Amino acid sequence: MALEATVRGIRSIGDKTLRIVERVGATAAFLGLTVMHSATSFRRFDLVIREIFYAGVQSLIIILVSGLFVGMVLGLQGHETLQNYGSEQSVGVLVALSLVRELGPVVAALLFASRAGSAITAEIGLMKATEQLSAMEMMAINPIARVVAPRFWGGVISMPLLAMLFSAMGIIGGFLVAVVLIGVDDGAFWSQMQAAGDFRHDIVNGIIKSLVFGIAVSAIATFEGYEAPPTAEGVSGATTRTVVSSSLAILALDLVLTAFMLKGWN
Amino acid sequence: MARSTLNLWVGIFVLLGFFSFLMLGFKVGNLSAGGSGSTYTVIAHFDNIGQLKERAPVRSAGVLVGRVKSVSFDPVHYNAEVQMAIDTKFPFPKDTSASVLTSGILGEQYIGLDAGGDEKMLKDGDEIKLVQGAVVLERLIGQFLFNKAQDGGAEKGAPK
Repeated sequence: MALEATVRGIRSIGDKTLRIVERVGATAAFLGLTVMHSATSFRRFDLVIREIFYAGVQSLIIILVSGLFVGMVLGLQGHETLQNYGSEQSVGVLVALSLVRELGPVVAALLFASRAGSAITAEIGLMKATEQLSAMEMMAINPIARVVAPRFWGGVISMPLLAMLFSAMGIIGGFLVAVVLIGVDDGAFWSQMQAAGDFRHDIVNGIIKSLVFGIAVSAIATFEGYEAPPTAEGVSGATTRTVVSSSLAILALDLVLTAFMLKGWN
Repeated sequence: MARSTLNLWVGIFVLLGFFSFLMLGFKVGNLSAGGSGSTYTVIAHFDNIGQLKERAPVRSAGVLVGRVKSVSFDPVHYNAEVQMAIDTKFPFPKDTSASVLTSGILGEQYIGLDAGGDEKMLKDGDEIKLVQGAVVLERLIGQFLFNKAQDGGAEKGAPK
């Protein structure tokens, strides 16, 4: 009996693993399908502009305010630690590099996943539940080309812009705390930041990261919405799954990307 | 929402993103100081480079003039081959000397260039012959102890 219970336990672990792998594969296949049906989005770019408005512009407030606060906290904490080593002027370097390399892309993507990703899933899921997608198919309109692809590209285009705004706002926040409030020398703050930062290795890498996160979040959000069971519970479950799996995907991808960017590709 | 309002907001959003990109580029990435300017490469062989890494600064008189392009081991001479990319705005004479220095006590290591008096200038691919490797603390202490012991022995031996 004990053996049977153990076998059942192992079997359920295997079952869950296979389900996760299946889901990742299905998301990737759906991403490919979306890209294949993207021609309409670029021919009728106003569809994408509409989605940039809903995903990007409407996330502006939360991104800007969080960026400011994160930068201020970094300035305070960095100053507190750095003054033990008598190098509180390096607080500008600390704030700028941690935001541009890491926090900007990651935190902006996490906020984007919960603010815009969940909305995309809920919208597409509800369109499916109310049979709007089936109605489109009846009219020989491909719902992936008309509904999914514009939302996907809207997310992909918005994400790097939001990440850069987050970083810029954070640096302003760090400046406000460190220079205006605490009184670190303002010339040293900017000049040390410039001496330490590198355009190709810090800023461009940060943008590459946010682009990858944008693709991941948009693909997961549209896939979950499109595959949601057409019921109230189904849509709510899909919305939750979007936030959970895109957050995990962002953090896992971040580790992989950072490892490659710091240690090289070979 | 009306199309024109929508377009306006998206336009503002894209412009804001673009301006923050410019701000990051100039304030953090130092694009203004000729970061992408053209460079020429010179080579130097050091006995020991200490903790010198790729992209470490190359300074002359304390001013940044270039960056270390690559650090590799030379299997023929058994020493370290360092390639430096120096800004073409700063030509150096052929008899310039290069040394591996440390900024501050615990700071990063960099290459210091001291210009010589030659009338010919270094060209792309030239080698700097006058070099001084990194100072290794253990060897310095070892040498100090060795000298101390030698001095002690000399003093004892002197009265005879």
